[in-house]
Order: sequence, then C-alpha cells, then structure tokens
Amino acid sequence: MTKVTMVVNGKSVSAETEGRTLLSGYLREGLGLTGTHVGCDTSQCGACVVHVNGKAVKSCTIFAQDVAGAEVRTIEGMANADGSLGVVQQAFQDHHGLQCGFCTPGMVMSSAALLAENPKPTEAEVRHYLEGNICRCTGYHNIVKAVLAASGQDIAAIPAE
Amino acid sequence: MPKDHGIGASVKRREDIRFLTGQGRYTADIDLHKQTYAYFARSEMAHAKINKIDTKAAAAMPGVIAIMTGEDFVGMGGNPAGWYIPSRDGAAMKEPKRPVLAHGKVRHVGDAYAIVVAETLEQAKDAAAAIEVDFTELPAIVNMAEAVANSANRVHDEIDNNVCFDWGWIEDNRAAVDAAFAKAPHVTTLELVNNRLVPNAMEPRASIGDYDAGTGDYKLYTTSQNPHLTRLLISAFVMGIPENKLTVIAPDVGGGFGSKIYHYGEEAAVLAASKAIRRPVKWVAERSESFLTDAHGRDHVTRIQLALEKDGTFLALRTETMANVGAYLSNFSTATPTFLHGTLMAGPYKTPLVYVNVKAVFTNTAPVDAYRGAGRPEATYSIERIVDLAADELGIDKVEIRRKNLLTPDMFPYTSPVGLVYDVGNYQATLDKLIELGDLAGFEKRAAASKAKGKLRGLGLSTWIEACGIAPSHLVGQLGARVGLYDAATVRVNATGTISVMTGAHSHGQGHETVFAQIVAERLGIAESAVEIVHGDTSKIPFGMGSYGSRSLAVAGSAMVNAVDKIIAKGKKIAAHMLEAAEGDIEFADGKFSVAGTDKAKTFGEVAFSAYVPHNYPLETLEPGLDETSFYDPANFTYPAGAYACEVEVDPATGHVEIASFTCADDFGNVMNPMIVAGQVHGGVGQGIGQAMLENTTYDANGQLLSASYMDYAMPRAEDVPFYTVDHSCNTPCTHNPLGVKGCGEAGAIGSPPAVVNAVVDALQRGGYKHVTHIDMPVSPSRVWSAING
Ligand code: FES
Ligand code: FES
Repeated sequence: MTKVTMVVNGKSVSAETEGRTLLSGYLREGLGLTGTHVGCDTSQCGACVVHVNGKAVKSCTIFAQDVAGAEVRTIEGMANADGSLGVVQQAFQDHHGLQCGFCTPGMVMSSAALLAENPKPTEAEVRHYLEGNICRCTGYHNIVKAVLAASGQDIAAIPAE
Repeated sequence: MPKDHGIGASVKRREDIRFLTGQGRYTADIDLHKQTYAYFARSEMAHAKINKIDTKAAAAMPGVIAIMTGEDFVGMGGNPAGWYIPSRDGAAMKEPKRPVLAHGKVRHVGDAYAIVVAETLEQAKDAAAAIEVDFTELPAIVNMAEAVANSANRVHDEIDNNVCFDWGWIEDNRAAVDAAFAKAPHVTTLELVNNRLVPNAMEPRASIGDYDAGTGDYKLYTTSQNPHLTRLLISAFVMGIPENKLTVIAPDVGGGFGSKIYHYGEEAAVLAASKAIRRPVKWVAERSESFLTDAHGRDHVTRIQLALEKDGTFLALRTETMANVGAYLSNFSTATPTFLHGTLMAGPYKTPLVYVNVKAVFTNTAPVDAYRGAGRPEATYSIERIVDLAADELGIDKVEIRRKNLLTPDMFPYTSPVGLVYDVGNYQATLDKLIELGDLAGFEKRAAASKAKGKLRGLGLSTWIEACGIAPSHLVGQLGARVGLYDAATVRVNATGTISVMTGAHSHGQGHETVFAQIVAERLGIAESAVEIVHGDTSKIPFGMGSYGSRSLAVAGSAMVNAVDKIIAKGKKIAAHMLEAAEGDIEFADGKFSVAGTDKAKTFGEVAFSAYVPHNYPLETLEPGLDETSFYDPANFTYPAGAYACEVEVDPATGHVEIASFTCADDFGNVMNPMIVAGQVHGGVGQGIGQAMLENTTYDANGQLLSASYMDYAMPRAEDVPFYTVDHSCNTPCTHNPLGVKGCGEAGAIGSPPAVVNAVVDALQRGGYKHVTHIDMPVSPSRVWSAING
C-alpha cells in the first residue's frame, strides 16, 4: 500500500492504495466520493467519467497511482460555490435529462468536457461526443436537449414532449 | 399559461438534486461497520453434474472468512414461480426447485455454486478462483426446438422434454378458430423470433446482508423494484426468516426494467453468510455477472396466422409460441408469456376469434422473465408484423387496414376473445393524431428526397394496446396468480401539517417523489414542499407490491389518493367540532375546511394540529391523530393504447438503417406530469429501437454466452436514435381508478419494435425488393443486406 495524493474538487486529499487500485475505486472507497459510479468492467459505459487535469477520463481505466498529483474533478465538485447547481447540472434538471440517475454523473462530466472544448456543439456533435456514455433510461432525447440548452443555443425546435 | 404545480404540471424533479450532485445513495454506495465482501463462484459450463466442490485450500487463503456452497442451503426452500400455469391437457406446471446456490447440477453459465466471504473483495475473488471443482460436463440444451424434441437430454432430470407447460388460451375456442381458418378467403402466415434481450439497468445488482445477533434481526439492502415481495419470498419460501425479523431496504435503485423485480439467490446467500459470520456481507455484481445472471427478456419463437376477408377484415388469429424460460423459473416467468402475452393477442382490433398456444421450455441459459413490457411487446410485435404482411399480400394501405379493424369508441367496454375487458379507448383518435403529427401525407415527398440520395425510405406503423396494473386479485387468483396485486399507502399528517406518504410503489427512475407529491399537495391544497414521499423500506411502509408493469400510479397512486380522502373525511369531523357546525356542512377546498355558505373556516394546518394537540376535539367519538392507510385492489386492468410511426432510410448497398423520425401518439388517460410521461416514452422507445436494431443475446451451441459485455452486446447509444415526437393529448381517462390514469412506463418499448421493422420492410418493398417480407430483429446491416441479396 502506498499513499496517493491528488487534488480532488479543489482540495488536496490522500488515501492508501494498492498498485492495482483504479481511480474509480480510489474516489469511491478511498475518499467516499460515491457520486462516481461503476457500471461496467470493460470501459464501455461512461458512468465513471471524471475530469483529470481538465480532460474527461473514464476513471475505471486508470490506476490511481498514475494520476498522483493531478487535478481531479468529480460530480461532487460541479455545483456553484453557493451550492446551487452548475450550468450543465441545471440544464439536466430543467430538461429532465435523468431518470434513475445512475449514468448521470458520467453524463454531466462528459457533457461539461464537451462544452469546454466546443461551446456551441451541433446535435450531431453532442450525440457523437456522448457515444461513450450509456443511458438505459432516457432514450437520450432529453440528455441531448439538456446539453444543447446548457450551451446557450435555442432549443425551441426540439420536440418538447 | 401551463400549470406550474399540482396535477398536470411539468414540475421539475426534486430527486434530481441529489443525483446531479453525486449524493444519490445506491446499494453499492452503502458501507456498514465491520463489513465483509462476497464474491460468487460461478459455473463456466452451461450444464454439468457437480461431483465435488473442495473449498479447503480456498478457505485457508488470506482474508477468507467463510465459504458456503449449495450443500449449506439444502435445508432451505426454493425460489418459487409466482404464477401457476397448467397445460391445456390439465397436466400440472413443472416447477423444479430453484436453490439459493446450485446443488447437484449447474444449469447455466454463471449459475453460482459457492459464496466466498473475505475481508476484501480481491481476497474473496482470489479464493473463489482457488475452489477446486470436479464437474462432469453434460450436453448443453440451448435451442428450444431441440430441447422439446430430445427427451434424453434434460435441464432438470425429472422433466421430460424440458417443457414447463403447454398452455392453450382459450382452449374452448380452439375449434371455432380453426373452423374460421378453414373457410377464410385469405390466410397470412408468419414465423418470427422475438429476440432475447438483457435488460441492462445501468446499476448492476447489489445486496448487503446484515444480521444482528443481539436481536436476531436481519436487514437486507438490495437493488429491488419491490422490497416487500423480496421479503415475502425470503421469509415464506426460501429462508423461513419470520417477516417481522427481516427488513428489506431498496434505496436509490439505478433502473430496473423488470430485472430487479425478482428475488435472486445472492440475496439469501448474503443474509445466510452474515448470520454465519456475524458481520455484514456486501456483494456488488460486475457487469459480466449481470449479463450472465440477471433475468433476461423476450426470447419467443412464434408462428402466427391471420385469417382475413379479401377486403382486409380480420376474421381470426392464431399463434403457436415457444417461450424460453431458461434454466430455472424466475418469479414472473410463467405469467409473462401467458397472461401478459396470450391475453393481449386481440390487440386493439375487432378480430372476433383468437387462439394462443404457448409452450414454455427449459434450456441451459439464464432465466428469462419480464423485461419492460413483459409479454405485451411480444404480442404487439407478432400482431403488428402480420397486419403489415397481410396488407402487403392483399394490396391494402397500412393505415386503412388498421382503421378498418380497430375497435371503435362505441364498442367499450369491450370483452376481447382472449378474456380481457377493455374499459375505454379511442384508437381512431390516436391514429388520426399520429397521421397529423408524423405528417404522413408528406411521406412521398420525403421518400423522393431520400431516393435522390440513393436511400430507400420506409414508413412503419404500429397501433397497439397494453394492459397494466394486473388485477383484481380474486380474478388473477383464479387464473393462477399466487400473490395479491393490490397496493398500499399510508398518508401521515404530522402535527405541524406537513405530510409523510409511505407508498408501496418503488421509484427507480420514474420520479415518484415528485409526482406523488404533486398529487397529494393538490388534493390537500397545501404546498408540494410540505409532502415527503417515502418508499423502498419494508420497516416504514405498510405493504407494497412494488413498481413494474406500469402499475405505480394506477395502483399505488390510487391507494395514496384513497388514503388522502380518508384524511379529508376525518379532517371534516375535527373541523366540524372546532367550528361548532354539523359535519355534513363542512366543505374542504384549497386547503381549508369551511362551513358551507359562511366565511367560518379552519386551515388544514389548524385541523392537523388539533388532531395531535386535542384540546378542542371530539375525543368521545374520535381518536386523536391524523394518519390513514389504504389498500387498493383495482377492479380491472388499465388499457393504455397508442399509434406509432417510424421512418427509416435504408442504404441498399450496405444494409445500413437509419431512423429518420419516430412519432408517438399515446393515450395514457389523465397525465399527472407531462414532462415525466414524455421521458418515460422516450426511454421506452429508445429500448424498443435497441431491440429492433441492435440488441441480441446469443448463446453458442455449448451454452456459452457470446454477448456477455458491452463489447459484444450492442446497447443503443446517443448516435443510434433521433429526437422523438411524442404526444399524449388524446386521452380517455381510465374509468375505474380515482385518478383516471392508465400507466406509461412500458408503452414505448411495446409499441416501437414493430414500427421499426415494418418501416425497414416497407422501405425494401417500395425499393422493389418484393421478396423481402420479413426480417428478424435486430435488423442489423448484415441481416438487411442479406435479405436484399438473398
Ligand atoms: S465503469 Fe468506467 S466505463 Fe463503465
Ligand atoms: S438515467 Fe438511468 S441510466 Fe441514465
């Protein structure tokens, strides 16, 4: 076991880890940040997406030790300083972009990363970017709509109901 | 201005806040003091005799606390099937014991034969790998036709031909149906496969067993859609734990779609292990375990025939289906292909004569049970495919053949030839709405535009009904159900006037916390924020049958409304005393009890306070307190219905299909929260498109699951689906529940698959590939290409 230190949601944290501990396990078991979910064992579902040094990463695909010292942001760190929902989070609530909530942390983190790279994505770009995130509940309609809304684009043309 | 609160308003979901901030509490997120970790040793063979399981070396490995095998559970009962289905010759249903852990034989890949408990998960895994097994591999029974034909090869040694039952519905009508076929001017015949699916809720199953040696109480945290049923099954059938000593908690649950209705062996195993070691035992499935062991869905092979007049009038319909139940009977597995499928084979049509035969077949595959729609998608797919095929054979327009045969509004209540009584509907209205919303008139123009790009455009329709909220209990009891199908709610008014509602429904994505609060708040004339919805904990809730089959609002919601009405009735008595008026003169509206015709009134809060601080209170005739429970047993099913249209573009060179548009016109009765209803339809259609275009569960001849991960099982992703157009304005309220609601959770998954396949076949027909009359799901590029070139 070694102590691995990194900056998570703006705070320096550390936890004892084995060499084989994944970043997802470090966050969930080591730090108790259970907002990051694990939905598969083949790096396919995206429920575990977090930001590492600003980039969207599937936290089940990297070892915690390999990102020692990095800046990590998780779903727990996405709200505004006053505790209100951040822009992407708020858009997901406003447009019913979640149902059971299990894929949601990964969806929000991926969407936020997309908008950081591409502030005004097209519908096709949103769908393409989210291809690594599976949602079984929403049929994606309201997720795509929420991301377009979060980008500040006019969504009036999208079927409302 | 649309309403911003109460019934009919698109109130934003309160539960979203915790999910969007990482504060949801799913079973895997729960850690208990002194917790241990379980890992299950699972069979790699589909079918084998267990000669010996040697755990000695494994038990000596670091961190291992206990190992239990099937041997340790032989004294316990089996996990039962919830519905008894006799064969048409009167023979009893075959019900082999489904043990907690495999004993004697393993019967499918993934069948668990041991639970290993250790200090860490990795230690448990390592030890599981060190268990020495001596198995004799037996030939795997995978294909249903072979299973039935070969009596020497048996999944369960005592069951000849691997047939669970051979059911006829309605057997007495069979001769009349056959006679109608014998003299019909036209008969259309179709053989089709309803592809096997893995439900794939994104949260894998998980369970934590926690035995308290001091009190003898057991607690089970588990990913369940109906914790009370799980408790009942564990108590009364499997482990014999008295119900009062077992609490089942299903906290936040990440989707279910049917797969989390059932009780699974892992739940009993972690409880037994916790008792044995006096520490909590936690198990979380890996996705590969979900693929191998969650109850799968569908898997029917069907031959369907429709007899018609030359003008397209339906005369009779008959089907023969083989339904795979897998290696063991899961809890609803016998009801799904029978009473949720056979009884729906009249669809929304006037077909006067219908006969259904279903053989349920054991195979060396994972158990198969209800998956979103459960039997009704299979019925709808068969009907809507053969309607299209018949229309093509007779040269009749696809809208017209439907319109001609749909039940008309004056025919309700309508007793179908397969035994259901549809209370109300207007199928023409949803069809007309679909034609308008989907701009069916503009199809030819769009087809021409597609053609100019080298693509074939097709239009597929589906007009469907379903039956939700199975009921009433005494009737389903006569039909073989072994449980009641009511639901319950307690409405507790707290002394300060806030409300706690304990509901038997379970929310795992449906938004009950928001919608149920909207309803209660509107009925009581108080703020939604004053209403709390409590679910998922058997120690807090009176009883419940959980959420599945689109039943939550129609059944549990009705119980809740009735409990609220009891509160109002008692409140009137209290208010009459406080206002010194006759009870009959008290009116309740907008949160106030008032004396009719006067301005004398007490607020709901004042009455609630008086109930708990009864200083000015009719104690001689009325107990204090304001807390009411209602059990509601519906008088009938509800019958949602709708009309769907799918447009596809097919690339004839590659067989690639793209969904150009998908339009839904639904009748769900009264709608409580349109935003959530639309979301349910989106999700259902997304899954239906998945079934129609992408998903397939494949076992090889040795019973190995080839599609056991997201690398091999194609889940629909954001790029595979379009924006959907959905409408639910054509509503005919349910006639027999207090809210007039019908249920919307499964509609999309029921109505959409045939619309997709009909569209693909239509595209090929229009494109001149007249030999293509059917393509089995999933309509993958290779299947479409082969059909074109076949
Ligand atoms: S858990 Fe990381 S991709 Fe599925
Ligand atoms: S909201 Fe349930 S998986 Fe996406």
